[in-house]
Amino acid sequence: MSGRAPQDTPAGKWTYLLLGLTFLLSIYPIYWMFVIATSTDAALAEIPPKFLPGGEFMKNLDEVFSLQDVYFAESLVNSLIVSTVVTVSVLFFCSVAGFAFAKLRFRGSRILMVMVVLTLTVPNQLGIVALYILMGYLPGEGGWNGSLLAVIVPGLVSAFGVFYMRQFILGAVPDELIESGRVDGATTMRIYWSIVLPAIRPALAVLGLLTFVGSWNDFQWPLITLGGTDYPTSMVALFDLASGNYVLYRRVLAGAFVATVPLIILLFVGGRQIVRGIMEGAVKS
Amino acid sequence: MPYVLIAPFFILFAIFGLFPLIFNGVVALRTWRLDDPAQDGWAGLANFERLLTDEDFGNALYNTFGIFLLSTVPQLLLALCVAFLLNRRLRGQTWFRVSMLLPYITPLTASTLVFLVVFGRDTGVANWVLSVVGVDAIDWRAGKLQSWVAIATMVNWKWIGYNALLYLSAMQTIPRDIYEASALDGATAWKQLWRITVPMILPVVIFTVVLSTIGGLQLFTEPMLLDSNPASASGGSNGEWQTIAQLIYKVGWKNLNLGYAAAMSWALFLIIVVVAVVNTVLTNRLGGGKR
Repeated sequence: MSGRAPQDTPAGKWTYLLLGLTFLLSIYPIYWMFVIATSTDAALAEIPPKFLPGGEFMKNLDEVFSLQDVYFAESLVNSLIVSTVVTVSVLFFCSVAGFAFAKLRFRGSRILMVMVVLTLTVPNQLGIVALYILMGYLPGEGGWNGSLLAVIVPGLVSAFGVFYMRQFILGAVPDELIESGRVDGATTMRIYWSIVLPAIRPALAVLGLLTFVGSWNDFQWPLITLGGTDYPTSMVALFDLASGNYVLYRRVLAGAFVATVPLIILLFVGGRQIVRGIMEGAVKS
Repeated sequence: MPYVLIAPFFILFAIFGLFPLIFNGVVALRTWRLDDPAQDGWAGLANFERLLTDEDFGNALYNTFGIFLLSTVPQLLLALCVAFLLNRRLRGQTWFRVSMLLPYITPLTASTLVFLVVFGRDTGVANWVLSVVGVDAIDWRAGKLQSWVAIATMVNWKWIGYNALLYLSAMQTIPRDIYEASALDGATAWKQLWRITVPMILPVVIFTVVLSTIGGLQLFTEPMLLDSNPASASGGSNGEWQTIAQLIYKVGWKNLNLGYAAAMSWALFLIIVVVAVVNTVLTNRLGGGKR
């Protein structure tokens, strides 16, 4: 045994072999989803299991999109609207609040920040019954249940976002820069816009990606408030797709694949950023 | 001015986060039926009393804990192993790390539907693999243990890579000279792992234990979609794998009894707090932390 730390020891072939295996197991279900999504009904019954994709993807997709009572195309648009609005809002409100907590002095800031951190540990799913009732009382016909507002508005801010932004701004924006902005007579909003925002781009990318993925994949609350309506999100539409009396898995998985692709693209584009964000976030917390 | 900046967060959180949580407590003390508002009224502790003798709740509690144990323990141990592998000097390092997030970003509804096919009784891939090694086909939805294993597999698949990255990030902050010194003292790689690496990353381990406790006790999507008739929320023909979160959905939105569902979610909240605290203490002991 040489006197080297693990992170300085070159990986041997066993390490690559095991990591390769881990990778294969990670990607297999997604690949299998694609295989079935591109096949005929008979593919599911093959033993040993079918390994290569077939040529039926467009046909299956066409069936998914033309199914009545599932609203698959609409659901994709709804998911896109919900996730985009939620992401933009979380980025703005959380970076603004994080900036205030990191760099501005005001009475009660410590206690309020402790509150933010505490709310991180409370799973808000546990207030789900009351949230549903609350939505019923909001203005509009029958309240907000069944409308996209019910899934958008509660997601507009996130405690994790405020916490993450505060941590990042503490480290990434020097006090001197803000002081000099003040000396030049800039308002607080001006300082946020032209000093803070450019400095926290990496954090915005990470929080944005995580928020988009989380919002896109959210299932329980959308099912409760949008289930059975004509305005599902794509996760609720997938549930509908798998709930009929006559379920065809090539169809179900074709739909599932379509709902997964946007996130795979996001991971492909922003993977480095997300990984860096997770790695840095864990060290600080 | 600072208050203006933080106000949107606190206002929205107060309305849609904090208020429902407290209001949930009020609802739990009432009769609150969606089908017949005339029945609404004060119920006192009746909902909670009913909880104590409710066999469905007992069954769901049992299932939730069973699945929770089968998923959390292997998940975190395997994540530790993967992090240990990733902590070497690797070619294609970033690529390996990013690929660990594939399960994490895949929608849970989508991956659960895939696993549903994988765990099919007659032609599922899982049973095919078992048949190759000489094990008879298993009907994954026919009993508690096998359905728990199927669900735990889905949970583990989703979270191992993510947890591994958290562990890896903590591992990389351990000063190199500690390893160098211990290697000169003749410590093996195995000893280094348990005497240096694990104790040094203990705070992150505890963080993941708490997170997976909160997540594991609220399992909803996997048990819902494993059912041949997902909309029934029954978790198997005899509730073999019905979890508490699923039962809350069924009682609230299938049986339309929101008061009782609220009582259940409060009970679940208390259970989560207790389990999270116990787990934290246990992890700290086992990991060789102080106290």
